[in-house]
Amino acid sequence: MSETKKQVTELTDVTIRFAGDSGDGMQLTGTQFSDNTAIFGNDLATFPDYPAEIRAPAGSLAGVSSFQIQFSNRDIHTPGDDLDVLVSMNPAALKVHLADLKENGMIIINDANFTKRNLQLAGYDSNPVDDGSLSNFRVIHVDMTKLVTIATEEIGLSPKLVARSSNMFALGIVYWMYGRKFDNTIKFIKDKFSSKPDISEANVRALNAGFNYGETIEVIKTSFHISKAVFEPGTYRNMMGNMAVAYGFLAAAQSSGLNLFYGGYPITPASDILHYLSGYKHFNVKTFQAEDEIAGVVSAIGAAYAGDLAVTATSGPGMALKTEAIGLAIITELPLVIVNVQRGGPSTGLPTKTEQSDLLQAMWGRHGEAPCAILAASSPADCFEATYEACRIALKYMMPVILLTDGYIANGSEPWKLPDLDKLPKLTTRRVTDPEGYQSFDHSSEILARPWAIPGTPGMEHRIGGLEKSDGLGHVSHNPLNHHHMVKLRQKKVDIIAKEIPDEIPFGDTSGDLLVLGWGGTKGALRSAVARARGEGKSVSHVHLRYLNPLPNNLGELLLKYKKVLIPELNLGQLAIIIRAKYLVDTISFSKLQGKPFTITEVYQRIIKEIEG
Amino acid sequence: MTDTNTMTTPLTRKDFVSNQEVRWCPGCGDYAILSQVQKILPKMGIPKENFLFVSGIGCSSRFPYYMETYGFHSIHGRATALASGAKVANPELSVWVITGDGDAMSIGGNHFIHTLRRNIDMNILMFNNRIYGLTKGQYSPTSEIGKVTKSSPLGSLDYPFNPPALALGAGGTFIARAIDRDQGASLEILERAAKHKGTSFVEYYQNCLIFNDGVFSHLTEKNTKDDTVLHLVHNQPMRFGKDNNKGLRLVGSQFEVIELGSKFGINDVFVHNENDKNLAMLLSELTYSDVLPTPVGIFYVKDTPTYETMVEDQIERAIKIKGKGDLNKLFNSSGTWVVE
Repeated sequence: MSETKKQVTELTDVTIRFAGDSGDGMQLTGTQFSDNTAIFGNDLATFPDYPAEIRAPAGSLAGVSSFQIQFSNRDIHTPGDDLDVLVSMNPAALKVHLADLKENGMIIINDANFTKRNLQLAGYDSNPVDDGSLSNFRVIHVDMTKLVTIATEEIGLSPKLVARSSNMFALGIVYWMYGRKFDNTIKFIKDKFSSKPDISEANVRALNAGFNYGETIEVIKTSFHISKAVFEPGTYRNMMGNMAVAYGFLAAAQSSGLNLFYGGYPITPASDILHYLSGYKHFNVKTFQAEDEIAGVVSAIGAAYAGDLAVTATSGPGMALKTEAIGLAIITELPLVIVNVQRGGPSTGLPTKTEQSDLLQAMWGRHGEAPCAILAASSPADCFEATYEACRIALKYMMPVILLTDGYIANGSEPWKLPDLDKLPKLTTRRVTDPEGYQSFDHSSEILARPWAIPGTPGMEHRIGGLEKSDGLGHVSHNPLNHHHMVKLRQKKVDIIAKEIPDEIPFGDTSGDLLVLGWGGTKGALRSAVARARGEGKSVSHVHLRYLNPLPNNLGELLLKYKKVLIPELNLGQLAIIIRAKYLVDTISFSKLQGKPFTITEVYQRIIKEIEG
Repeated sequence: MTDTNTMTTPLTRKDFVSNQEVRWCPGCGDYAILSQVQKILPKMGIPKENFLFVSGIGCSSRFPYYMETYGFHSIHGRATALASGAKVANPELSVWVITGDGDAMSIGGNHFIHTLRRNIDMNILMFNNRIYGLTKGQYSPTSEIGKVTKSSPLGSLDYPFNPPALALGAGGTFIARAIDRDQGASLEILERAAKHKGTSFVEYYQNCLIFNDGVFSHLTEKNTKDDTVLHLVHNQPMRFGKDNNKGLRLVGSQFEVIELGSKFGINDVFVHNENDKNLAMLLSELTYSDVLPTPVGIFYVKDTPTYETMVEDQIERAIKIKGKGDLNKLFNSSGTWVVE
């Protein structure tokens, strides 16, 4: 049969996008390929992108769901800019995504869905598969559904169910193209459909059929090999941002010896954190799905008072609703972590798309002078450490900490090196049990953190609340000078954290023509763009902030060492406002508000423009 | 927990009085309620450090400051949500929510109904004075329609909530009404509420001397109260009146007042059953009646598992099935690979 062994072409990196109707199973297909790629040993980064509608009208442009992955034998930081391969399960997917495909890139098409009606829905006058419009690309088009039907004939499933396995056929082709074994996917299918053996069998057959198709047909002349990336020694797994947040909470609870309480209300794209944690009850995790966003955070404040490691997660609109309560946690000086998985706003905005536009809300979105610590995670795997650090600060300093992530890193994934739990910083709390000399608002410690006496502790009964309290005794106080003092004290409590924030060490040089300053989920694109420009000898460096309030001590000084400071953000320049206000340093804001992350190319081009122009 | 403590030095009312000066208006009904609560706590056999009083915003919500217990004066409407988190975190606590008609039924309405439906073990005392006191006299969600206040010079256009009916509709498992000035009945109700496992809701009729004085005077004045208040007693006929000579009879699904004497006897009087939800609904409908007496006492009680015990049970079950959580095992649970 296969006496004509196909050739194998060596590559360094590949970007694939799986795209189809919301119901075509593209997220699952992409996730399976990602897990497989991770196990194979490539470095990778993924980017799922799906519509806000659960099932938008079938075949429509609005209903296209996609999953992008870049994998490489090198250290990569983003899911890739332009596509090498576009899997288009229907005409709408082709229409939406073709512009991102490289010239001579490969398109894999399921002919079964390129019907007259679907073509019409996607706005095609003629079928692009045979009207010559795709002549700049390598097109593999096959009636996947028909071949799956033949392969699964004996099982006797309905045509509708058979058609649903077509995504596995497409995955099979891609597995063949990159020379993969796919035991993980077979195991996944068998587990997922353990109670439906028919469907399980159909999916496995579809997967094998796709793989064999790749091997057999003449159109695909070569398969590709991307050798393993070089990683630090260790155990790795593919990790999504939201899961890393959940894991970070678990690790923080274990290290601090506290039980974890999660109060929250479902909201895209943060709900997965609630889903994961609700599955960890055997870790003594209590998840409280509250009646609304307000009760989500307020219940967590109650749990914090009662002595738990109390946390909540939400996204922009939910954050707005939690605002008053965060002020309460600030004035009562309770440890609390609030994760904001940012999405496009304002209002409902773009619920499933990413943005970085809640930084100023985190900084100044509350009434009164209400400062709290703010951290940002920079990548899916970084969400683990950032979450752990947020918990550390909350417990040590007795204050709420806002952790900003975003839809892009929350749902994206990358390899994560499993941490050595013993080497994580030990989390300490301000718990006290000795009534001798106890005062609820005793701020005499070096870091100004008040003691944490919890209900159930004899002899330390005390009252806290939203009314201003006197320093020390913690009694209600309307004394003008006390209020002035307490406002300043709450600010100082935040400022003091800077003492233990490590100095920023730029990627690149400690001075030069241009500094690219960023924060949060844009790190991968910024770092890659800076690296590319530096490769061409440009004098550009990169600083990426995890700590946004307070800022690192050496930042102001550092900014002066460069001729220009460019701040790319997925907002209208929010960090730029803070930097200008705090350091009186002029900055150049580079904004993008398209619900999409930066591409490396657009940042790179801007860098070149700033240096040369 | 530390039962030995209570054994050796029995708690008294004084143990629950904080050193803070009470700052309600002189003559406010809140004083009476504070004193009633402080009286029953020592009887509960609970160590003092296990009491937690949570409040929202409003006159009543200053209450925790006056209790020598753990206390949290939270934000407007959110007391039940905060108390829920505290109770779930530590089920050992005896949690009390002090709230008002505005705090619980208006801005906190959502948290109120959801707490009741979850049946989290806590005691909600809602001081109902049918007015906004702290903001100086606007109509509240329990003010009668047509009420003239600062914000309704031509009369309020809002139909009021019927608190026990709302609580019943929300799935409450202990629903009662007390009156600030009726100490005897109130102490009994408070004790039952405290002992009930689940969310106990006590609507406390409370007089606001400044902005709504006398709103309940017909229920508290000597010359009228016997004819206007119906004291609910489980398994007892629903009798009232100065000479205990009146009763409620059920005709179809409506109550009517009967005079005991030649025409009607005690057997015609409907017997209260605090476990009958339908009856509780009918009784709650008397809330705003001009003709029928106002029920005071326990409308309804139902024993059913509480939220926080079910949370603990789930944790126990999860540990039984999966073993105690092991982070390393979890991190290694899927798709790992090793780089040498």
